[in-house]
Amino acid sequence: MSAVPTPTPPLGPRGLLGGSGSRLPDLVFRGGTGVFAWVVVAILGLLLILLVLNSRQVFGQFGLSFVTGTDWDPVAGMYGALPFIIGTVASSLIAILLAAPIGILTAVFLAELASRRVAVPLTFAIELLAAIPSVVYGLWGVFVLGPVLKATVEAWLVGTLGWLPIFAGPPFGIGLFAAGVILTLMILPTVISISRDVISSVPNHQREAMLALGATRWEMITRAVLPFARSGIVGALILGLGRALGETMAVTMVIGNSQRIPQSIFDPSQTIASQIATTFNEAGVGLQTSALIALGLILLVITMTLNVIARLLVWRVAGPVTEAA
Amino acid sequence: MTVETHVRMANDSDHGQPGPALAPKPDVRASLPAAAGAASGAIQTRALNVCYGPFRAVKDIDLAIPPNSVTAIIGPSGCGKSTFLRTLNRMHELTPGATVGGSVTLDGVDIYGPEIDPVQLRRVVGMVFQRPNPFPTMSIFENVASGLRLTGRMRRSELGDVVERSLRRAALWDEVKDKLNQNGTSLSGGQQQRLCIARALAVDPEVILMDEPASALDPIATLRIEELIAELRESYTIVIVTHNMQQASRVSDRTAFFTMGEDRAGYLVEVDDTVKIFTNPTEQLTEDYISGRFG
Amino acid sequence: MTAIAGPPRSIAARLTGSTVGRRRTIVDRVMRGLALAAAIICVIPLGAVLAFVIGNGISALNIDLLTKPPKALGLGGGALNAILGSLQMVPLAALLAVPIGVLGAVYVAEFGNRRSARIIRFSADVLVGVPSIIIGIFVFTFLVLPFKQFNAFAGSVALAVIMVPVIMRTTEESLHIVPNSLREASLALGVPVWRTVFSVVIRTGLSGILTGTMLAFARAMGETAPLLFTALGSRLINVGNFAKPMDALPVFIYVNARQPNELLNQQAWGAAFLLLAIVLIINVAVRARSWGRQIG
Repeated sequence: MSAVPTPTPPLGPRGLLGGSGSRLPDLVFRGGTGVFAWVVVAILGLLLILLVLNSRQVFGQFGLSFVTGTDWDPVAGMYGALPFIIGTVASSLIAILLAAPIGILTAVFLAELASRRVAVPLTFAIELLAAIPSVVYGLWGVFVLGPVLKATVEAWLVGTLGWLPIFAGPPFGIGLFAAGVILTLMILPTVISISRDVISSVPNHQREAMLALGATRWEMITRAVLPFARSGIVGALILGLGRALGETMAVTMVIGNSQRIPQSIFDPSQTIASQIATTFNEAGVGLQTSALIALGLILLVITMTLNVIARLLVWRVAGPVTEAA
Repeated sequence: MTVETHVRMANDSDHGQPGPALAPKPDVRASLPAAAGAASGAIQTRALNVCYGPFRAVKDIDLAIPPNSVTAIIGPSGCGKSTFLRTLNRMHELTPGATVGGSVTLDGVDIYGPEIDPVQLRRVVGMVFQRPNPFPTMSIFENVASGLRLTGRMRRSELGDVVERSLRRAALWDEVKDKLNQNGTSLSGGQQQRLCIARALAVDPEVILMDEPASALDPIATLRIEELIAELRESYTIVIVTHNMQQASRVSDRTAFFTMGEDRAGYLVEVDDTVKIFTNPTEQLTEDYISGRFG
Repeated sequence: MTAIAGPPRSIAARLTGSTVGRRRTIVDRVMRGLALAAAIICVIPLGAVLAFVIGNGISALNIDLLTKPPKALGLGGGALNAILGSLQMVPLAALLAVPIGVLGAVYVAEFGNRRSARIIRFSADVLVGVPSIIIGIFVFTFLVLPFKQFNAFAGSVALAVIMVPVIMRTTEESLHIVPNSLREASLALGVPVWRTVFSVVIRTGLSGILTGTMLAFARAMGETAPLLFTALGSRLINVGNFAKPMDALPVFIYVNARQPNELLNQQAWGAAFLLLAIVLIINVAVRARSWGRQIG
């Protein structure tokens, strides 16, 4: 911003136009746009208020045991959210465990190793991955990925590690693991693009310093670049995790929709989002709806917290970053 | 490990006695063949050209850099001094599209030969940069040890010895010996630069390249760096690029003057003993530059 | 630890490598290869999804799919209800979201003081991260529940709530890029503030604003969850009646994919092909220019 001391117009505290324009049309304009801007804040506030209000009924009745209860039985009037919390956390955990190495390696490739000719089309392809609607992933997951996983990866895992309860079969294809894999695909673009931005913002003098000591390219990346970008990459992973937690349609279609706590990663399961998606409309007005809204509130709190933490971490390394959808 | 051995033996010369295998006298200037068993560090470039794509940055440089001495490279901005410096440890290869013609030899070994790995070369030819660049996620100790950690296992005690030796050589030990675990960036600018020098020294190079090492520092810190360079010349070959002529005249034994030709490529105008360059240069261009005339 | 060797090695010996060096070289090459492999792994699913959607979708495409609604009894018919529904609800959502998003961004970028700008921006960022199903619940509580009637208007509002923060942030970025000298020049000529904003600032940042809007539009086309509790979906064709339920392409796909019937599943693939085509065309068209600039 220029610091030229011109007599007109007065520079506003924030924007150039900030303090200017005292005539009526300008005031109206300013006020009008202000209203629109604050609408966004109002939407957020209203969202929180309405969710809390509508959850009161079930929290009033169950209190904390809503979160720890293991039985969800509308007929009996019992509402325990634990199976869905576990399903949510487990599927997202699988996703982040798979997406972290693949995503970070890919980001390193794009930012450090690939030439322009290769990096640009590859980035293009990965951005397109992010544009595919969730329900299309779900469709593909049910009819293509599920059977493939069942026949290959899951069969192999059960064969070799099936003695561990967590890997016990039989593999259905559909289930917690399939949901985890689909989620991996869906969060990879987020993890990659933010990590790549963060890695690119590492200053060149750091790379040169490490290379001048006689380091190979890979050693330079792991000893100078990645440590510098560490908190930003963690932020990218947390943002990816937040995305995974809130993902609905693809997960609903491949997770098996079981109300029981899964014992093995190949069991069918249910996330908070998928439980809401599948049962909301049949729920009568009343306790069940309140319970489902309360589920939503839990999910919202978790994802909001993660998002805020993640943004702070990313900002520390790469400056303010917006992901445009 | 032989590297460490070498450091130990070089350290024995700290008392002012030349070590058993130190270089020939510093006023040898012509191109030097490799003396068997002698660790010298003489550099010779012949017809050196550097191009970035179609653009030629540096043209036909024939320059001999004697071992165990300080050679300064001076000249106006943009005339390829830093580009030239970077060819000596093949750092210019990091820029895509950079190509080199001609030859650069170190003690007779062509450093662009097919059997030479640039990674290995950069252990022997170290570099200090204009802006101090310690690694911000590492402590002072770890910064100095970072080069050593690349070549694998060393016991902590040996590492500690090398770190202490390097910090002493960089005239930084007394100031940091009680805070080795503090972050590298907690030091002042001048201290950070000496830290970077210690880091470069720790891997036991023969040659140290310095690209305007003091230009980002205040006068007092600059003075300390210059004193340090004077001490280091005993054991290392130093090539320093500087835009500060007074610094060049204070610090160096030989000075090379570069300038930009009409084709925007940098070339070597004159190289000679520093005293001669600054009192009675041969070329008119040199005379003009050091007396501040434009043209 | 090796014993003390003889005289220090000559430079030639030090330069021509050591075994430690060779191991490091191998690690370097292997890891760089792994990084390339990871990048390829990322792209394979894209190819797989495209291949199956195109393959299965095209074979399901027929005139009926595009021109008929699902049969009232039995199986068959088409997806006309869904196509028309999407073509109505999403543009309405855009109509609601674009003014709020763009003008709101104008306020933040041009007028807002530090604190209010921060609060608004923070709210927008939080909203972007809210799972879309929660948005659906939110709109349900005040646009469906009080009237005890699922309706398409609520669906549009839900989509608009999803679009607004995205449009706002991308617009704000586009406005930031506009250099201040342009604003100064316009004001110095005596142009009133509101006209400066429209004629100079917005016009300069227009391509960025359009990009953000189109991408938000594409995203809204593909959203399912927020519609499930608002517009609900319907087998009937609904044109113009926003007070009643309306179907949409993503909802159609979801419902038909879950039916245990191959014909209906086929229809889901067909609708998925349509949806993916629309979404990808918008995305490619919008981003192609900036990609082209990056390569060329």
